[in-house]
Amino acid sequence: MANAVVRGLLAVAGLAWALGALAGPARETFVAPQSKAAGLTSCVEPTDFMRRNHMELIKHERHIVVHQGIRDSKYSLAGCVECHVAYGPDKKPVSVHAEGQFCSRCHEYAAVDVNCFGCHSTVPNAAQGNAALSGDYGPDMAQIQGKGAGVGGDTP
Amino acid sequence: MTKEHEQVDEGRRSFLGTAAGVAAVSVAPGVILHTVTAAPRSEAVTDAVRWGMLIDTAKCADGCTACVTACERENGLDLQVKPEGEAAKKWDMQRSVWIRKVKLEDNLTRRVTNLPMLCQHCEHPPCVDVCPTGASFKRADGIVMVDRHTCIGCRYCMMACPYKARSFIHQAVAEKLTRAPRGKGCVESCNLCVHRRDNGEASTACVDACASAGHHAMVFGDLKDPQSAVSKALAGAASRQIRADLDLNTGVRYSGI
Amino acid sequence: MKRIVYREWRIQPERYWSLLGILGAIAAVAGLAALYMEHEGHWVTGMTNQVVWGTPHVFAVFLIVAASGALNVASIGTVFSRTAYKSLGRLSGLLAIALLIGGLLVLVLDLGRPERLIVAATTYNFKSIFAWNIYLYTGFIVIVAAYLWTMAERKADAYYKPVGYLAFVWRLLLTMGTGSIFGFLVARQAYDTAILPPMFIIMSFAYGLAIFILVLMFAYEQDQRPLGDVLLFKLKNLLGVFVAAILFMTLIYHLTKLYGAKNLDVEAFILVHGGVYTALFWVGWVLVGGLLPLGIVYHPVLGKDRNWIAAASAMVILGGMAAMYVIIIGGQAYPLQMFPGQTLLESGFFDGVNGQPAWYRPSIPEVLLGLGGVAVALIITAVGVRVLQFLPESLADPIVDPHLAAKG
Repeated sequence: MANAVVRGLLAVAGLAWALGALAGPARETFVAPQSKAAGLTSCVEPTDFMRRNHMELIKHERHIVVHQGIRDSKYSLAGCVECHVAYGPDKKPVSVHAEGQFCSRCHEYAAVDVNCFGCHSTVPNAAQGNAALSGDYGPDMAQIQGKGAGVGGDTP
Repeated sequence: MTKEHEQVDEGRRSFLGTAAGVAAVSVAPGVILHTVTAAPRSEAVTDAVRWGMLIDTAKCADGCTACVTACERENGLDLQVKPEGEAAKKWDMQRSVWIRKVKLEDNLTRRVTNLPMLCQHCEHPPCVDVCPTGASFKRADGIVMVDRHTCIGCRYCMMACPYKARSFIHQAVAEKLTRAPRGKGCVESCNLCVHRRDNGEASTACVDACASAGHHAMVFGDLKDPQSAVSKALAGAASRQIRADLDLNTGVRYSGI
Repeated sequence: MKRIVYREWRIQPERYWSLLGILGAIAAVAGLAALYMEHEGHWVTGMTNQVVWGTPHVFAVFLIVAASGALNVASIGTVFSRTAYKSLGRLSGLLAIALLIGGLLVLVLDLGRPERLIVAATTYNFKSIFAWNIYLYTGFIVIVAAYLWTMAERKADAYYKPVGYLAFVWRLLLTMGTGSIFGFLVARQAYDTAILPPMFIIMSFAYGLAIFILVLMFAYEQDQRPLGDVLLFKLKNLLGVFVAAILFMTLIYHLTKLYGAKNLDVEAFILVHGGVYTALFWVGWVLVGGLLPLGIVYHPVLGKDRNWIAAASAMVILGGMAAMYVIIIGGQAYPLQMFPGQTLLESGFFDGVNGQPAWYRPSIPEVLLGLGGVAVALIITAVGVRVLQFLPESLADPIVDPHLAAKG
């Protein structure tokens, strides 16, 4: 009798847990509140797609940029940085890879080493004020957003 | 001389004006088509072009390092910082250099020559042959460069390069440029300002700086286009490859040496 | 032929574990040195953009070359059917694998990005001898392991010769591949020569055998097993032949380069005014690594003294390290000849101004890493002979040469 009661309670608890998970309230967002991305509905692709596949996009992108010279893709890493970098109270960009910033918040939890920023800039260079001879060749945000929502429709 | 000739011939004037207008209109599309569009590349590079350079050593000025300074600023090499605790002399030997000035004296004639030495962008690059992972590669348009995503830092390409054009990054890079990523543990060298190539700019930082400094010793362009500035310059003056006996068919040629 | 009995190495546990402890400590310190180099970057080493391969590569190439040579003893037993050497086959195979692993470890830990080893193992450019070497080295380990199995497993007797032949050929390819790393380079005056691959093969014979002799003598002395003169003198005489062959190859290499005007400068650098490189060549490579061991081996009295034989083997090893240093680092120190007939007055990148060679000094992390490779190789050997039945119980004269027993 007691056994059945216990099992019944466990079943109810389990069901509630599952339903609660399925109901899926607004997921925690890792986007930094002061970044450009905070003001956008989604990334260059829907958020779910980006969460699972951004590494594939990056891997493909790096090949076509380096070996084929194709630079106008919306998956540009510089584009990610430009959009996701947070700005401090002094309006200066904070390294997107610093502790607690956009990349680290997931990657530290997932314990996946992000190797990119050993070589790639963690802030958009225009803000760094490097007196350059030529342009920064940062991504054209209007062009990127203009290219549309991407695969499978938007997800809030 | 007579008054008749001093009078303006209106008919002739209007004819010339119309003719000039027609000529301009017919030529204009051609002029517009040949202007380089400063836009990021959206199609893969092909071997329809081959980038190269001609360096006229006679015009290379003694003591001038405009090309070196420009390259450093363009590619973030001036952001290199000596590691704390390292001797300055040793750091000089370990910091990355993509282009350097060299001064030579002929043993017999005592004639002095100045020239910039950089990656020669060979057609048969030894550095590409020896790279175990294929990170050192030759792009379709002739640019020899390192794919830093694949480079394992073995430095075999540095052993193999006949021009000692490559540098190894010996310490962590603190400040990086968006247009020229570079980081510890990989090998790098001049890539003919590939970010400029891919964004439609006409030439490289070093060539522009040499022109700005007034020397015009370096000409850059498409070796496969007979009408390009570099092809015309090569056709005009005798030039040669450095270490021509190795038969590498370099993209960078020198005249006056 | 008398049946050879193989037994584990039975020195007292305290001495065995002390040995492992010392070697382990060296390996651990080497690991820390490698970690330091990887974390800080190569600025902490003596390597620069001029001398890009330093002391770790000297150790690594030496160990890899010696590894292939250590297998020679087994090959002589299998391929050349010399009965006396057959019993040494197991130790030979073990030592070969151990030395190769030690050398590879040093090489891999010196990479600018050692965490990308998986990239090196999956992405190949097969025009590069380095890429081929990855297969040659790993294949060697697999083949020698199979070779050891055919020696130890009675049922595998049928495969003993085929696998032995394969191991022999593979070994030659491997050593040629290592020599070709330098031989294929057109850029540098000291390289770009077809003699380096065969020279490396001959060097491997000598270095591998020298290490083998020392390990054999040490193992047998410590465990108080008999090691008869018949076998030891065979090995010693073979070492003499190989050392003479190295001197011969060295002579050809330099004579050929001295013949034409093009390489006179680099030859003058190595042979006359190269400072440390000249000293290492004449004193290390030729004298200590060549003439002295040759003299000892063929000396009527010294050649029969065990201590002198051990000394000769040690000298060959030291000479070998000196040779690697001269080839690898000396070859880089000599400036590239980009402008023949011209003198460089100024350069922004150390191109050999006024003929000056590039600077290099071995740094502590590099030396520690190299020694770590040696330690790892010896650990594998020590554990191997302790745990496996690889050492013949006795190598006394009657066992090695049955005809002697008959004579009484």
